[in-house]
Amino acid sequence: MAKVLMKGNEAIGAAAIKAGCKFFFGYPITPQSELPEYMAREMPKAGATFLQAESEVAAINMVYGAAGAGARVMTSSSSPGISLKQEGISYIAGAELPCVIVNIIRGGPGLGGIQPAQSDYFQATKGGGHGDYKMVVLAPASVQELTDLLMEGFDIADQYRNPVMIIGDGMLGQMMEPVELREPKKRNLPPKDWATTGTGGRGHTNVINSLFIDPAECEKHNLKLKAKFDEMEKNEKKYEIYNCDNPDIIVAAYGTTSRIVKTAIDKCKDEGINVGLIRPISLWPFPYEVFEEYADRAKAFLSVEMSLGQMVEDVKLGVNGKKPVYFYGRTGGMVPVPDDIVAEIKKILGGAK
Amino acid sequence: MAEMVFQRTKGLQDRPFHYCPGCTHGIIHRLVAEVLEELGVLDKAIGVAPVGCSVFAYDYFNCDMQEAAHGRAPAVATGIKRVHPDKVVFTYQGDGDLASIGTAEIVHAAMRGEKITTIFVNNAIYGMTGGQMAPTTLVGQKATTSPFGRDKNHAGSPIRMSEMLATLEGPAYIERVTVTTPAHIRKAKKAIRKAFEAQIEGKGFTMIEVLSTCPTNWGMSPVEALRWLEENMIPYYPLGVYKASEEVK
Repeated sequence: MAKVLMKGNEAIGAAAIKAGCKFFFGYPITPQSELPEYMAREMPKAGATFLQAESEVAAINMVYGAAGAGARVMTSSSSPGISLKQEGISYIAGAELPCVIVNIIRGGPGLGGIQPAQSDYFQATKGGGHGDYKMVVLAPASVQELTDLLMEGFDIADQYRNPVMIIGDGMLGQMMEPVELREPKKRNLPPKDWATTGTGGRGHTNVINSLFIDPAECEKHNLKLKAKFDEMEKNEKKYEIYNCDNPDIIVAAYGTTSRIVKTAIDKCKDEGINVGLIRPISLWPFPYEVFEEYADRAKAFLSVEMSLGQMVEDVKLGVNGKKPVYFYGRTGGMVPVPDDIVAEIKKILGGAK
Repeated sequence: MAEMVFQRTKGLQDRPFHYCPGCTHGIIHRLVAEVLEELGVLDKAIGVAPVGCSVFAYDYFNCDMQEAAHGRAPAVATGIKRVHPDKVVFTYQGDGDLASIGTAEIVHAAMRGEKITTIFVNNAIYGMTGGQMAPTTLVGQKATTSPFGRDKNHAGSPIRMSEMLATLEGPAYIERVTVTTPAHIRKAKKAIRKAFEAQIEGKGFTMIEVLSTCPTNWGMSPVEALRWLEENMIPYYPLGVYKASEEVK
């Protein structure tokens, strides 16, 4: 397929349909409404079903039902809507159901605003819903990467029987970039013989459930989930290393922020400052080891985020005290500009000399 | 050789119910199971269990089952039915689940005319959590969170779900029944059968509300509870057909 120019939100829809997603349950919220609108238009043409739910709560529970019935299914929303979906996400993880959830993050807390933000990092990577669960969280930085990760996300969900979250922000959702829908690397996906499809001639009933009233049983179930999360941690880490051969300082940034950081890196280069970038692509599992490994090469680390400092906690865990870790962020829908990042870098290096 | 005159329906698993003595959930489970067996759809039925006393329904019905979050059964059933339009999908929900935390989900599933059957068991109280006031608790009825009796000025008057949902275009069949006598049980089974038949024929959303007892949390003997239901609940929640679309009539 030749490259076509697509808006991020619509590219998500095209990639999902291409990946064989047959059901989309959603609820309108800015800045991701182009996606359900695209799905309402395009899914019927592909023999797929779009249904607008009465709320985000209902939408995620429709996802639960459809995933439990064996379908490839997704939903999308933005921050306040994702908060509403947390109940369902916890149940989906508990009942071991595969699905893809897209969060086009906006400023918060509360109703916040509708401009780009990364302040749902904690919610996405540290639980969000109740209970001991994890989900793979992928943070693309371009429309091309968005479609690549979305398509792979369905396979990851099916492989582990676990929800996968793709996070972006309004910039990624609204920007137009050339994109080519590419099949992900083939994975060995297990058959969905656990799905509720009617017993037919199966000879036993299938039950989708996350209730284990006996604490010993519940612990056993949690340990089974943990073994799965350990596998994800081992297999699903993704990151980009950029300009890290001989850096004075390494910046950690993900998603659209990482692109702004790359501009700041070029500006620093002009002034003789060598700045590296570690860009986590999987926010969970987080590439802690990479930070520890590169801690020997740089004087300091700087986490740049569109938040008041969330990923920086994981960066600190990764660097593990070997070097100082600084933070610079804008929040509430304000976007960091390269010159401010450059100024922050100079401030740190000036102080570290 | 002895003649077999009665046996457990194939619609139920060979497991003892956990329900309290005198609770009518057991009868209602059996009616649903018998109807699924008699219609020959056990192997294509997918049920959704609620949160509440009947949370373990997935252990009892002999068909594929999903356990839903509190109140969300109609949304879960919507997801299932949209994936498998040729299957028979039902929810089994209590009054806390359906008439309180899950009102949005039931109203909108009914509005969309989702081709599912909802068995709504109304016993006017939260049973599983220990007898708290439900939206269906009668005015003056005592519960652990209405210790002096439900006060209309404080907690409002109980919600009548069948009447409310009957105002929508989506439902094909809505009837309120009870199971306090053999005659009522026969009528209840007929209603449940009619609802499933309407679903199978693709006519729209169907719901059977079953007035049920909770001897434990009402603080009554099973027999007293049956009489209390007849004398107090039926006058406020009259039995009968609330919606039968032209096609179902």
